[in-house]
Amino acid sequence: MELGGVGLSTYVTKFGSLLDYEKGGVEAIDDDPRHYAFSNLFEVAAGSKPWEKVVVGKNQQYVLEVIRADGTSEWRTCAHDEFALVMDGVVEIDLVALDEAIVPSDKAGSVALGGEPAGRPAGRIVARRGHMALLPANAAYRLRADEPACILLQTIFGEDTVERWSEICQTV
Amino acid sequence: MTDTAMTEVLAGEPNHHGYRTFQLGEFAFERDEYFAYVRWPTGTHTMSVDAFLRAAQRDVAWNFFYGTVNFDNVVGTVNHYGNVDLFAGSFNEAYRKAELDHLENFPHEQILGTFRSMLDDWTNEGFDPFAAPEETRTAWGDKSGNNTEAITRRRVTASRMVGVPGDEPIRTDETHPVNRMFADVDQSQPEIYAEPGFEDQVCAFNLFGYLSRSDVTWNPSIVSVCKDSLYCPTTEEYILPIIHGNDRVEWFVQLSDQIEWEVADKVTGKLRARVTMKAGDVAAMPADIRHQGYSPKRSMLLVWENGSAELPELIATGKAPTYPVDI
Ligand SMILES: [Fe+2]
Repeated sequence: MELGGVGLSTYVTKFGSLLDYEKGGVEAIDDDPRHYAFSNLFEVAAGSKPWEKVVVGKNQQYVLEVIRADGTSEWRTCAHDEFALVMDGVVEIDLVALDEAIVPSDKAGSVALGGEPAGRPAGRIVARRGHMALLPANAAYRLRADEPACILLQTIFGEDTVERWSEICQTV
Repeated sequence: MTDTAMTEVLAGEPNHHGYRTFQLGEFAFERDEYFAYVRWPTGTHTMSVDAFLRAAQRDVAWNFFYGTVNFDNVVGTVNHYGNVDLFAGSFNEAYRKAELDHLENFPHEQILGTFRSMLDDWTNEGFDPFAAPEETRTAWGDKSGNNTEAITRRRVTASRMVGVPGDEPIRTDETHPVNRMFADVDQSQPEIYAEPGFEDQVCAFNLFGYLSRSDVTWNPSIVSVCKDSLYCPTTEEYILPIIHGNDRVEWFVQLSDQIEWEVADKVTGKLRARVTMKAGDVAAMPADIRHQGYSPKRSMLLVWENGSAELPELIATGKAPTYPVDI
């Protein structure tokens, strides 16, 4: 930080990335650090398999999943909207409007299609760090990242959601 | 402001500093050049008026938010969604022991109307309670004009996602210039190639660019909605003007820079932890604590809330735990 009066400071906004992040932590005074479920999403993505959906935040059925985007994902679909925030790298998103919805309307979280989607192309998005994309309910989506990238996904706990809290969180 | 709220506001004539005194039940509020004074039958409390106005601004803008909004360790509100407690000393161990604490419940519209009128009357021209201290003139002195436009800003609440046609618009230079502390943030928008007819399905926006253009601090606003799961990012600089005691678990994702959180017990106010969050860090705030953040440089924080109306009851009755997960 530079010293000086108004106008002398140069501000550098610090974002993290898969290769360059710093982690803070919980300094317990009279509490158990595990109650804060403290993790770093870049650290989680750096230690994940490509496209693994690892929960870093959970509030009842709702989750925040960290995804290491690396290569081309399978096609997935979901009965509700999901939102993908690119935290590092470049992610391409292909969207297909399905001829008919594949999952029941009350199904939580996304499911794999297990093949190519039957429908017609709805569009494509190229999202970079800081960009947030809608993964609309009942569409099929496929993600691609030529270099390892990191996504934070706003969704609901589903059949492919992975929990490994004791590995990712500060415990002491 | 509704007429109903107006008629319920009990305001006195301006004092010799030009400010009205407000009455709400057995609480009285008064300001002079430097301080706000709160009086109740068993006590009085004094706050620096800039801190008081910054806190009142959040409480009003958020419709009393989730759970407890402590203006400091003595005075604050508890939201019961339809009615609101105003308290002094109720979440302060010393006041409770001495039995000098005081709490009254008011219909939402009555306390909102009073707080709005007080905020408007007590905020001078040039002082913006939403701004970081370096970005605004001061709150001090005798009454001098007002800043109604600043204190009645509309709160952003997307119904699906910012940037979706018909939903909250993205921010541009015309309405939201990039903040001085975010001048280096990339402003490019995602590339979107929507097939004809799918423009409302193929949507994306630059969230970091959007946040770099926020003209307010410590003011979570909704940018994306998955049922009751709400992304409420905000830009933070200096100190959170309230101490938040949530009635549910709340999550933070630090998107840029760094915030330090001081965490204390929700009921007693005793310190429990200090949490330092850097870019990419994720942490939960348990439902039985109060927290206040310190952000030395303007930073981007994603506040993630579960807006379910059933949660406060589940937590209060022990049917849902106060902490987020078993580790
Ligand atoms: Fe909070």
